[in-house]
Amino acid sequence: MKIHEYQAKDLFRDYGIPVPPQRLATTPEEVEAAAREFGGTVAVKAQVHVGGRGKAGGIKVVADAAAARDAGEKILGMDIKGITVKKVAVVESDAEIVEEAYLGIILDRAVKGISFICSADGGVDIEEVAAKTPERILTFHTTSDAFPEEQAREVAGRLFSKAETAAAVLDVMRGLFKLFREKDCSLAEINPLVLNNRDEVVALDGKINFDENALYRQADILELRDMDEEDINEIEAKEKGLSFVQLDGDIGCMVNGAGLAMATMDMINFFGGEPANFLDVGGSSNPDKVVHAFKLLTSNPKVKAILVNIFGGITRCDDIARGILESYAQIDIALPIVIRLGGTNAEEGMAMLNDTPLITASSFESAVKKAIAAAKGEAV
Amino acid sequence: MSILVDQQTRLIVQGITGRDGSFHTKQMLAYGTQVVGGVTPGKGGQTTEDGLPVFNSVAEAVAETQANATVIYVPARFAAAAIKEAADASVPLIVCITEGIPVLDMVEAYHHVQKQGCRLIGPNCPGAISPGKAKIGIMPGIIHIPGRMGVISRSGTLTYEIVHALTERGVGQSTCIGVGGDPIVGSSFRDLLPLFEQDPDTDAVVLIGEIGGDEEERTAEFIGSEMSKPVYAYIVGQTAPEGKRMGHAGAIVSGGAGTAASKIQAFSDVGVPVARTIDELADTAAKAHRPSA
Repeated sequence: MKIHEYQAKDLFRDYGIPVPPQRLATTPEEVEAAAREFGGTVAVKAQVHVGGRGKAGGIKVVADAAAARDAGEKILGMDIKGITVKKVAVVESDAEIVEEAYLGIILDRAVKGISFICSADGGVDIEEVAAKTPERILTFHTTSDAFPEEQAREVAGRLFSKAETAAAVLDVMRGLFKLFREKDCSLAEINPLVLNNRDEVVALDGKINFDENALYRQADILELRDMDEEDINEIEAKEKGLSFVQLDGDIGCMVNGAGLAMATMDMINFFGGEPANFLDVGGSSNPDKVVHAFKLLTSNPKVKAILVNIFGGITRCDDIARGILESYAQIDIALPIVIRLGGTNAEEGMAMLNDTPLITASSFESAVKKAIAAAKGEAV
Repeated sequence: MSILVDQQTRLIVQGITGRDGSFHTKQMLAYGTQVVGGVTPGKGGQTTEDGLPVFNSVAEAVAETQANATVIYVPARFAAAAIKEAADASVPLIVCITEGIPVLDMVEAYHHVQKQGCRLIGPNCPGAISPGKAKIGIMPGIIHIPGRMGVISRSGTLTYEIVHALTERGVGQSTCIGVGGDPIVGSSFRDLLPLFEQDPDTDAVVLIGEIGGDEEERTAEFIGSEMSKPVYAYIVGQTAPEGKRMGHAGAIVSGGAGTAASKIQAFSDVGVPVARTIDELADTAAKAHRPSA
């Protein structure tokens, strides 16, 4: 789960990491009022989950309240990568930036632990730094819940040219690590971490992602979820026990199992079609889930055909066929539906579907080809 | 032979009285697995429908039954503790089926298991089966036939699909393992391929990878330098959009890393054929390894 920059900075502050004063605003008037309150220079920053806000014109640094209001008018309502900006953060920006560094903590699958990624090159895309000048990236990791004091000390003094900043950087590292562990983050990043002309080390921008599996014990984090930024279908699907991701194509997919669902998308693509979604209905033949899945697929106006690809394991295909018939009877679907059942009791299951308008297929590949043809309006 | 699981496996089931645990205990018994007991805290002293003793702790179960493997079906919020308990009792093989364990809990459990010198498969996995011998987990035994092809995958139903395609073509399997779809799993492809390499009853391995992480890339390095047996690969997630978790918690392309293209390239570079479809994968494996009956 993602949160906004202003929310990340609130959390930073809670964990003792210095951030500049900020106000959230949803109207140009609020932007102006916040700028007046701070006096002096402020940054007006679009709050959207997508990256590249700056390049899209979503961040403006202005000298006074009137200019802040103008900036607010321009940024609020702006479209950034398909997302409409509904709120901005107004950030006090009086201090001058002397140097910019990068500090990130990630869940690192390679070391099966938590890695610190640090660089004296901040304020830029860290992946680019890693690719072009890997020697400019300093990393260390821990696999326990204790802060890696010794390694952190070694790196802390190297982010800024002034060695006196080491203690402040170390404090930031400690705070970020504590936040990462206590809030079940999968990524906590400060970019840039700056040294300003008042000799302060401050987190100017930040990004935090959380482990979805741990949200059950992070009630306060769950409250930070911005439904405007989420795909409502994906959230609803999750509540029903389905795993759903919207894509751009015209063939709706319903599959059991995440791996098979990905393979189904790939196969559609391989044979020249476009999948409309990823959808894993899980291992059960529960008609409620199947009904909801059909509703999800048919609510997408782009969908021209539906492909149901089920491999029965412990769940038997005749049970699955029963679930599909039941849900099919409950909802009115005009779209062509291609269905393929494989595995345990597949033949029995397919036989049950013979006298229905469903288009049956005997193999994964033939099902994919039939669905592509059906989506093109060809007779199948 | 085969790897990990066979007739010598003496299995206990953690969460044996739960819905999934009791259902799959029956399935495993029916397949011929020696299930010797189970653990549910607070229900020690009871006997299951199948006549198996229930214990309060793994340590007690191991002492009473001489179990050498355990399978975990407990809910996500208790599963990491269950893994650690099994490791504390020095159970050599721990298979965790549970999906949805917080990843920081798994960091701790993973290193705990390593320290105790145990082997963990999963979490969020279907388990392991040596066809005709025994199975630990939730895979349908019926689609497998005994043979000499190892199968290793991050997925569940996709693995069944591929095993089914192999079986249809007369290619039997020595052992099939799902390592799990989470970012942190107990055993990786890289950890388990050496077992297939050393197993005299495995001739070749079918490997099914997916997007996310760099496990496939590191595995390719191992295959290139140390593996003499042929490996046939298939990678899913080529059409997955960046930054979206595709069902499996670990299946995510982020910052351009973990892409299917990078994994396919890594395998191709070390001479591992990467199939474009499941049928192509099964056909290639069958052509080279179908028993000349």
